[in-house]
Amino acid sequence: MEIKLRQNILAANDKLAAKLKEIFENKGIYVINLMASPGAGKTSFILQTIEALKDDLNVAVIEGDIASKVDAEKVREHGVAAIQINTGGACHLDANMIRGALNMLDLDSLDIIIIENVGNLVCPVEFDLGETVKMVILSVPEGDDKPLKYPSIFVESEVLVLNKIDLLDYVDFNLESLENGLNGLNPAINIFKVSCKYASGIDEWASWLKGQIRKKSKFLTD
Amino acid sequence: MHEIAMTENILSIVFIEAEKRNAKKIKKVKLEIGELTNIVGDCVQFYFELMSKDTIADGAEVEIVDVPLQAKCPRCGSVKRVENLDFLCE
Repeated sequence: MEIKLRQNILAANDKLAAKLKEIFENKGIYVINLMASPGAGKTSFILQTIEALKDDLNVAVIEGDIASKVDAEKVREHGVAAIQINTGGACHLDANMIRGALNMLDLDSLDIIIIENVGNLVCPVEFDLGETVKMVILSVPEGDDKPLKYPSIFVESEVLVLNKIDLLDYVDFNLESLENGLNGLNPAINIFKVSCKYASGIDEWASWLKGQIRKKSKFLTD
Repeated sequence: MHEIAMTENILSIVFIEAEKRNAKKIKKVKLEIGELTNIVGDCVQFYFELMSKDTIADGAEVEIVDVPLQAKCPRCGSVKRVENLDFLCE
């Protein structure tokens, strides 16, 4: 006997992610799902973002790594609440892990949660976390061909941060090739060129983010 | 390697439905996998074999149907097959 199920394999995760999204919207929290390969500068970017926002907004960070607490400790040194999730081998965060981490945060006091996903350009994109925005960091030494090689993450992301632009003169990275690649995949993607090492380009990103948060809170009170 | 999580979900769906219908044995599971989902059919097949051992799905065939990528243009509304990952509408 054949039974037609036509069920989404990820239905369980999607359902939980929808619940989390509802919680975030009710509490007025803007949630970023930050994805990138290992070493692209996710943690450095988060630290720069915290510095740019912390006078105006209450930020918390959820750190996802296979092992270790080093990232959460770095973030806490900047005076911000940080929850470390160790996936114990899993290559991505899922909605259930985020639900667990939320129990350890005071949601009523927060304006923004930055979730640092496990370093990986493939798996994280499949698992919704209830986030407001998915974004990806690409660092210059990784090469301008990454959107062509890992298309899904660049299709799904609303924002691309190009990090380590201070290295443009030292490696073979062609900005035009990157833009051409993105144009076919996701022409609407917002691109921010930054150097976390020299804190350049961060102001532009931070003011865009504040604008998005303002838009969202206006929408909430309407 | 996220196929492990995917395969867990597939088996859990299969077991729930099998119980609902009093199925004693699962002979075949048919999966439709979209082109842009980053799910490798061969991996699912391999994990399925390992994870279904000693269950009612042990030995079941996993049939995989590849679903080609389609996109809807936000301007003109036309739906077209995306080839070579070029999403731009003419």
